[in-house]
Amino acid sequence: MFATIINKAIVQGIPLLFGSTGEIITEKSGNLNLGIPGIMYVGGSAGVLGAYLYERSCALSGTTPAAFWCIVIPLLSSLLGSALLALIYSFLTITLRANQNVTGLALTTFGVGFGDFFGGSLTKIFGEGGNLNVKTTADYFKVTLPFADDLGAFGEIFFSYGFLVYVAIIIAFVSAFILKKTRVGLHLRAVGENPATADAAGISVTRYKYAATVIGGAIAGLGGLYFIMDYTGGSWTNGGFGDRGWLAIALVIFALWKPNIGILGSVIFGGLYIASVYIEGLGNATKEMIKTLPYLVTIVVLIITSMRNKKENQPPQSLGLPYFREER
Amino acid sequence: MSNVKQHHESAFHISKRDDMPMIKAWAVRLTSIIVALIVCSAVIVLLSKQNPLKVFGVMFEGSFGTTRRILKLSQNVAMLLCISLAVTPAFKMKFWNIGAEGQTLVGCLVSAIMMLYFGQTMPLWILLPLMLIVSILAGVIWGIIPAFFKANFGTNETLFTLMMNYVATQVVSVFIAVKVKSGSQVMGVIQGGWMPKLFGKDYIINIIIVLLLTVGMYIYFKYSKHGYEISVVGESENTARYIGINVKKVIMRTMALSGGLCGVAGFLLVAGEHHTVATDTVGGMGFTAIMVSWLAKFNPVVMMLVSFLIAFMESGAGEIATQCGLNQSIADILTGIIIFFIIGSEFFVQYKISFRQKHKEA
Repeated sequence: MFATIINKAIVQGIPLLFGSTGEIITEKSGNLNLGIPGIMYVGGSAGVLGAYLYERSCALSGTTPAAFWCIVIPLLSSLLGSALLALIYSFLTITLRANQNVTGLALTTFGVGFGDFFGGSLTKIFGEGGNLNVKTTADYFKVTLPFADDLGAFGEIFFSYGFLVYVAIIIAFVSAFILKKTRVGLHLRAVGENPATADAAGISVTRYKYAATVIGGAIAGLGGLYFIMDYTGGSWTNGGFGDRGWLAIALVIFALWKPNIGILGSVIFGGLYIASVYIEGLGNATKEMIKTLPYLVTIVVLIITSMRNKKENQPPQSLGLPYFREER
Repeated sequence: MSNVKQHHESAFHISKRDDMPMIKAWAVRLTSIIVALIVCSAVIVLLSKQNPLKVFGVMFEGSFGTTRRILKLSQNVAMLLCISLAVTPAFKMKFWNIGAEGQTLVGCLVSAIMMLYFGQTMPLWILLPLMLIVSILAGVIWGIIPAFFKANFGTNETLFTLMMNYVATQVVSVFIAVKVKSGSQVMGVIQGGWMPKLFGKDYIINIIIVLLLTVGMYIYFKYSKHGYEISVVGESENTARYIGINVKKVIMRTMALSGGLCGVAGFLLVAGEHHTVATDTVGGMGFTAIMVSWLAKFNPVVMMLVSFLIAFMESGAGEIATQCGLNQSIADILTGIIIFFIIGSEFFVQYKISFRQKHKEA
């Protein structure tokens, strides 16, 4: 039972982990990308789109879909879709110097619309009708390590996941390491804290902001892909992704802008998200109250960090602010 | 290698301009909207495989086809405008209130609660003002909490207000779960406490109230002392402090105003349109309003036009979706495209690109 709950919490938490790791990298460059929910939607739907087209072409030519392409095509189309969206955001905010909040929200509107539109009417566009389902591909995404079942609870907690779960955790650890221990990370943090100083030190602010936002967006998009391929098993429901994108942004705050804490945070958030399902004898009202907890906890963390005013736990100082060299 | 690079001069440089005449600036913006509309119609044509003229015909039909549709469109414009007006004071102060969705939703919730408990017993002329007052109060509370922490501890208001949206959504869910025993999580239409019809039509009173608010806010920003203080705090907190403005007080007061106006919008939504409450009663308008306010450069009159443009696109795209059997989400895609273009066009209004003239410096 306990193992099952942990297992479910991790499964729920992984999309949030992808999203928050991506957003942390983005925010470290000073860009507050509120388009993350849209990007995650597009990451999911672009992946489904790729998978659908591949499965369809296989079905038309009478071949069976190959495992390799079933993984690679959705993965690449997802990365490409979300990176493109992040690129729109970067172009508008960095090059055209538009307001970050407005651009981000517009991106979310666009992304959610894009996801639901193509997810919802893809089969119609190809004249087939019915619900969009890419089960063959999804099954490859769900392949677990072969010895997971033999290890009992231990196996259930640690080994019973599709590969994207491990990818999420590795990416989180690697980004935490890069941000904290490497020169690139130092430069990136400098750009986010004080771009003028970074610029004076010879760091290309524009390049770092672009790279961080696009890479961050691509990582966040994987959260959408994981959700649609592994979690729902390849069938698209409009609005099925829900408010997970915003929850991912909440997780960034909860994790104090540290991807490695984000891993733990994602399990906690995931646990709270599903707690209502697994605790027996709860009324509807209590269930809804439990779902409020992640947001309330985030607000409390936000307040406490700002009150304690400890330097290393603050949002990046220039977060949300544009940087124009000519206006210093 | 690095030496060579140092001699490299970029081919152009960007500088801020403040000399673009108003007419030219609006011409740039108008052009961007036209280009955006062309792109949008190209997208629609591509997806629906209809001829473009027919597409626009359908869009007009969907928005202006019947008196009922015109009224519905006007109501949507009015609601979007009302929330846009609400977020504007905070934005002028550079307080990024992206919590309008939640502030409006709590307004909706308390209005619905009042209808539920007093709808049958209290006379309408007492109930409606009472609903308005409690809705405003609810909005004020939702808005002033983040403002308090921002003013006193510098807590990041963007993230705080964002989180408050979902707390509001969940509060509504909890309320519905408590009240609706069937577990369906849907609150039916509540009788009593409906906004009366004017000239036999719905929405008219809503629209009049929002128009009055628009005029009021215009005057508030332009001619009142408060409006002036908001502008100063927005430009520079230090300057504001120097000239003796109590910055904390201005932040709290302005957010109270912002939240209160959201509460009004919540009241109008419930009393005048939905007559019930659900987690999606506000339907994302709280977020769209932020974009409207920003795109209109905080000018209430321009906000009317932008709200109209967006509401028109949404109802028009909805009609296309219905007629061509496409997904309703097409409206969001189009709204997104239009906003991208308008956001992008601002760059050309505010900055000029000067290309390097050859051999000038050598």
